[in-house]
Amino acid sequence: MIYKRRYASPFIIWIIAGTVIPLASIAYYGFTDRTGSFTFANILAMFQPDHFQALGLSLLLSIISTLICLVLAFPMAMILKDSKFGKQGFMIFVIILPMWMNFLLRTMAWQVLLERQGVINSIITSIGLPRQELMNTPGAIVLGMVYDFLPFMILPIYNTVSKIDKHIIEAAYDLGATKRQTFTDVIIPMTVPGIVSGITMVFIPALTTFVISNMLGGGKVNLIGNIIEQEFTVNSNWYLGSGLSLVMMVFIIISMLLLQKFDKTGGENLI
Amino acid sequence: MGELIRLESIVKSYDGNIVLDGINLSVSENEFVTLLGPSGCGKTTTLRLIGGFEKPDEGRIFFDGKEINNVPANQRPVNTVFQNYALFPHMNVGENIAFGLRIKNKTDQYIKDKIEYVLKLVNLKGFETRSIHQLSGGQQQRIAMARAIVNEPRVLLLDEPLGALDLKLRQEMEYELVRLKKELGITFIYVTHDQEEALTMSDKVVVMNEGRIQQEGTPEQIYNEPENAFVADFIGDSNILPGKMIRDYLVMINGIEFPCIDGSEQGFKPRQKVDVVIRPEDIEIKPYGKGLFNGTIISKLFIGMHYEMLVESEDGKIEWLLQNYDQHEVGEKIGMYVKPENIQIMHKPRSEDEEALELDI
Amino acid sequence: MKKTFGNIYILIIMLFLYLPIMALIVLSFNEAKSMAVFTGFSLKWYDELFNSDLMISAMFNTFTIAIVSALIATVVGTMAVIGMNAMKKKSQNALMGFNNIPLLNADIVTGISLMLFMLILQIPRGYGTILFSHTTFCIPYVILSVKPRVNKRTESLYEAALDLGATGRYAFRKIVFPELWPGIFSGFLLSFTMSVDDFIITYFTRGAGINTISTLIYSQVKVGIRPSLFALSTIIFVAALVVLVIINIRQSKTDKRNKMVFNL
Repeated sequence: MIYKRRYASPFIIWIIAGTVIPLASIAYYGFTDRTGSFTFANILAMFQPDHFQALGLSLLLSIISTLICLVLAFPMAMILKDSKFGKQGFMIFVIILPMWMNFLLRTMAWQVLLERQGVINSIITSIGLPRQELMNTPGAIVLGMVYDFLPFMILPIYNTVSKIDKHIIEAAYDLGATKRQTFTDVIIPMTVPGIVSGITMVFIPALTTFVISNMLGGGKVNLIGNIIEQEFTVNSNWYLGSGLSLVMMVFIIISMLLLQKFDKTGGENLI
Repeated sequence: MGELIRLESIVKSYDGNIVLDGINLSVSENEFVTLLGPSGCGKTTTLRLIGGFEKPDEGRIFFDGKEINNVPANQRPVNTVFQNYALFPHMNVGENIAFGLRIKNKTDQYIKDKIEYVLKLVNLKGFETRSIHQLSGGQQQRIAMARAIVNEPRVLLLDEPLGALDLKLRQEMEYELVRLKKELGITFIYVTHDQEEALTMSDKVVVMNEGRIQQEGTPEQIYNEPENAFVADFIGDSNILPGKMIRDYLVMINGIEFPCIDGSEQGFKPRQKVDVVIRPEDIEIKPYGKGLFNGTIISKLFIGMHYEMLVESEDGKIEWLLQNYDQHEVGEKIGMYVKPENIQIMHKPRSEDEEALELDI
Repeated sequence: MKKTFGNIYILIIMLFLYLPIMALIVLSFNEAKSMAVFTGFSLKWYDELFNSDLMISAMFNTFTIAIVSALIATVVGTMAVIGMNAMKKKSQNALMGFNNIPLLNADIVTGISLMLFMLILQIPRGYGTILFSHTTFCIPYVILSVKPRVNKRTESLYEAALDLGATGRYAFRKIVFPELWPGIFSGFLLSFTMSVDDFIITYFTRGAGINTISTLIYSQVKVGIRPSLFALSTIIFVAALVVLVIINIRQSKTDKRNKMVFNL
């Protein structure tokens, strides 16, 4: 047999060194204090007002931007499905292209647009309206999230929608369903796997981001990602940072489990 | 049996390719009609026009005397069994069957009873809560049937429903379909490229090719009296040979004269060039020199019930296909005979041949 | 009616996706440093970009790290797929579960965990640690794109080759490897782009004094945006455009070829 188990050993070693031990060390630091003794303090620290607020705001903003992405992406996927074949390839190309640009630069682009001295404000003032404070607001962060992650919502939904057999839709009409009934009873349920993977691909990076909030929130809007990042890079409190990360991971796992419930295929289309 | 569906000079094309070129078809109530033809002949398009998934470019479709050209699919009293079944993958068996009834706002009790009834009808009692993915091809096929007939359509459209099944299952399902049809007492319009299916089940077979109806009739008529070479070739194995009428009731094939039962009454004038169909089972084997014509067996194949042989004519110009229950050896010289009533004379397709003939006369 | 609505909708989404990028491209040719007014055409920001030693070394780091980590990941990942195929279904599934962790985990957690790992072992962070981390998150992509290619079919092809007298090594080289190749290649490409694009994991696993393009952008944006970053955006956008066009053309060519074969 060509297939020998030992070929997998470098991979197994890599998993242990690159995934298992590092994650175990987060767990270790999360449950210890500086003296090395066991504690729940780092976990419970999530309930301190600053941290709790940041987590709440992260959840709020990421849910809002996920919903906006969903609402924008679904019609897009449907329109793409119905458009002519040659055009379809072109449109997919057009949606993928921005994903290839460094996301820091894409986020920066909105900074350039929203800045006090930026593009949008100079348009506003040139027609005689007062300068607006667009940057450093939760709205700017949501905008950044939607902009950065929208393609990650469109593509998986388009993928599932375009794979729906045209005969399935005809079967629904044949059995007496109207266009609306076909849409709600057949097309949407069949798109659930795509919607689920779209939501995961938008919600998790949005929930955990610290870059978008740093660049478009000007450090004035603190998300849970910012707090964790600062514990590691500024305060050097790995114990607290690890504890908060563990809580955040729990939130991610819970939300993924909730999503999986809707998706009977069990996340096969996640990537 | 009153007329239920009528197609009048239907023309349909896609991107400039004509798919249906003047189809006229009448389907009676409670009839089992099969549209038979090779792929691309327009049979599925015809079915889709009746189902309401396509609109004709020209011509009219009548249902029960009323034109239904503009009635959308979801309002037509017909239901379809799709080729790949098109079962809703996110619903279980019961939900699939209930789909049409829920749309019609039937009560839960009614729906439950109906599901039970149709599942029994298709021999899948107790399958209500199964997932579609757990079903075999044959079971999916039955569920697709159940989902369609539960709505009590006046016409059931079946688009190559047995195409994906293996041979044994297919033959089983043929009996099932005929039984179902009897129990339901509704019209079936059935599309297939399989002549055996068509001949076994149908009241009427409509042979189509290149967007036109080639012949319609009972299975016996289609098999025994093909009207042109296409039908003869498509239905069963046959020897299709160019021939020439000598006079009434006498046709010449490859220089040999055969008594037949066609003449000018059937529209075949003397000296007219024709196609002659002789079914392989209709060629009888006689001792050498004792038949109408002679030949040498060049190959022999045992196919279950009988032998199939290729026989080369003595001048080496023609190979005859024969089926016979008796064994003969390759290389054996034999005589052959065909009864006059087994010789089917056909008009040549409208082509150069005919024009040449007209000049000839 | 429905069509026009669809087209308008597409147009709006396109404007949303592309206007910000267009703004950067226009401003990259602006003479003034302004982020709002265009005062005249100039290439001086491109000049500044290419004369910055920081930027040049960041580019060098980005691409060498991407190539090397993608290569290692491709080798390790492909071997893993072959090795896993000899295992029982249960152990395969367990390994695939571990394989999926970096894909599903939030980048910030992966980054932090790797950083802690290095801190505990007191490994000085720098080029090597970035390389290790990138390889770690690239391997899963390689495995996911190669794994579907190792199936019953490849097995029978391999056995057919042996049956025809090939040695195991020869059969692998001539039969199995070509079968896996498309998966291996796309795994490599995917790894490469993921590595080039990564910021968060690099951010936590790099040491002071070493930058990739991403981390350099981040530190510069924090201090104040310079138009040379607009020039960088333009270059990256054009590069992505060119690469994607080439991929698309190659793909449509092979598609056409496949179709022809199919029709025959």
